Amino acid sequence: MAALNPRHAWAPTRGAPTGALGSQGDEQMLYFVEQCLNGVQLGMLLFLLAAGLTLIFGIMDLVNLAHGSLYMLGAYFAATFAAVTGSFVLGALLALLATAASGMVLEVIAIRPLYGRPHLDHVLGTFGLILFFNDLVRRIWGPDGMTLSLPSEMLRAFQILPGVYYPLYRLVIILVTLAVAALLYLLVMRTRLGMLIRAGASNREMVGALGINIKLLYTLVFGLGASLAGFAGLMQAPILTVQIGMGENILILAFVVIVIGGIGSIRGAFVAALIVGLLDTLGRAFLPDLLRAVLSTDAALTLAPALSSMSIYMLMATVLVIRPEGLFPAASR
Amino acid sequence: MKTAREDSGKTGFASRLGARTALTATMLALLALVPLYAAVTGDPFALTLFTRIVIMAIAAVSLDLIMGYGGMVSFGHAAYLGIGGYAVGILWKEGIVSGFVQWPAAIAISALLALVVGALSLRTRGVYFIMITLAFAQMIYYVAQGLDRYGGDDGLTIGQRSSFAGLIDLNNNTLFYYICFAALIGSIYLVSRIVNSRFGLVIQGARSNERRMRAIGFPVFRYRLVCFVIAGALCGFAGALLANHTNFISPAIMFWTRSGDLMVIVILGGLGTPFGPVIGAVVYLILEEALSRVTEYSGLFLGPALLLVAIYLRGGIAGLFRRNAP
Repeated sequence: MAALNPRHAWAPTRGAPTGALGSQGDEQMLYFVEQCLNGVQLGMLLFLLAAGLTLIFGIMDLVNLAHGSLYMLGAYFAATFAAVTGSFVLGALLALLATAASGMVLEVIAIRPLYGRPHLDHVLGTFGLILFFNDLVRRIWGPDGMTLSLPSEMLRAFQILPGVYYPLYRLVIILVTLAVAALLYLLVMRTRLGMLIRAGASNREMVGALGINIKLLYTLVFGLGASLAGFAGLMQAPILTVQIGMGENILILAFVVIVIGGIGSIRGAFVAALIVGLLDTLGRAFLPDLLRAVLSTDAALTLAPALSSMSIYMLMATVLVIRPEGLFPAASR
Repeated sequence: MKTAREDSGKTGFASRLGARTALTATMLALLALVPLYAAVTGDPFALTLFTRIVIMAIAAVSLDLIMGYGGMVSFGHAAYLGIGGYAVGILWKEGIVSGFVQWPAAIAISALLALVVGALSLRTRGVYFIMITLAFAQMIYYVAQGLDRYGGDDGLTIGQRSSFAGLIDLNNNTLFYYICFAALIGSIYLVSRIVNSRFGLVIQGARSNERRMRAIGFPVFRYRLVCFVIAGALCGFAGALLANHTNFISPAIMFWTRSGDLMVIVILGGLGTPFGPVIGAVVYLILEEALSRVTEYSGLFLGPALLLVAIYLRGGIAGLFRRNAP
């Protein structure tokens, strides 16, 4: 089995506060703003993955553990195409197309026979796909991982508030993802395809009976989910190392997001992704200090990392105990 | 004409049943002979591999109790393996090496954890249950990562196997294998006794139709919780054995893909069958080992194989011998 990397490799680096030197309070404020933005950025990334997962689950009733593999593929494609073409943007576009195509081929060959089967068969089959993709990537790209460097104009820090600088690329991620979320909303709510998607989610058989090519619809939805996952992967690729198994951790976080948001609800996924992103990032940044106020320094330093890693799972358990169907149950989608 | 058809149907069924019994008996006999094979060929690795297989089979049997018979799809079962293992490791580190303390502690702590996790999780259904059990397992995984005194992320090397006051020497690998093997037989017996008891019938009834069982007047939640705790305790015991086997425990054993492995073993072998988990453990772990010897990229073959099983082999491998109608 592939070497798994159970670390939070995608977590933004915690740097010293940047920006103008001010009083202690100012500096803490700036640090807080920066961490909030990091949290939003992680949340946006999680939304891209969770939206695809929740669409695929809501419409095809498919538990797709291989979603993280598409994320990984997106990152590898981007690194490869960017190296070949020498252009980050062109590489990203090609990678997006390649991931969407891979997703649709995967759907036709491997996923289609699983529709309508018990969820446990989905788990078995798509778990097999994870093993397959991990070793396929290792076979093609080697075990060492890759890096994708940004164009130089992206490396600057951007002044978002007077005295507050933030890496331009992370800001771009936030804005581009927001645009994608808006497009997705328009696609689902305002187009004919979106109408079919919503209809398919509420009554599959009826949509089929009305003469809609349901197989094609499913393939398109899977391709859409795959491109969202691939997009998340390629956007994240320059921030972290592109490596085998990068999809496994983030997949579980994306599952946490859709469960908190309510399975099948894109709106729920968006809200939950923001909450999870902020909670995880702010927990990592501020929990050690908060705990130090109550406990001894040693105890705080030991406890804080475990506690902040656990926080989102505690949130999920709490949400499920209070609202077993998530924050936005699919009925009120 | 009619009777003839019924007769042929019966013989078909009987022969399949016979095949299943024969297969099970052969498998158990082969498992019992592994140390002999290892001694004759002088290949100690076979004994190591099969000790692991037998221990994983115990964990799979415990998962099958809740997942196969009870319909409670726990995606965090590896957590109990870890808890059982850490109970042994932590007690050793604190100077308590007696198996009379370590093993009951492993079982008790796993049962306690299963009680808490079950009490909270069993309020949810379907995919939500799958995900909340996963969430709890991840929490425990991160707790273990934070245990700096016990190795943290790198894990803890356990200096010695549990000692039983000179009565049993676990350092004898053959003896240890037979202890694990006996534990496996005991677990299968325990689970089959449970599922065929009145308690077990309530559990299975609740899997088929929860609302009806509740309407008849069974407190389904309580029955399920007890079942969940038994499975957790049994898996914790398997964890104690595993820690003794490898002399090592680390958080990696609780990562979600390990829970996925356990699920795959049970589904591959056959959900809700007494010997399915054992067949699954033997086939899956041997396949993994054999493939890793011939190719560096075992997933390229193992992955599609699992997919094909999911698509074509309804009811897993044990299901092959159960279906008597087309």
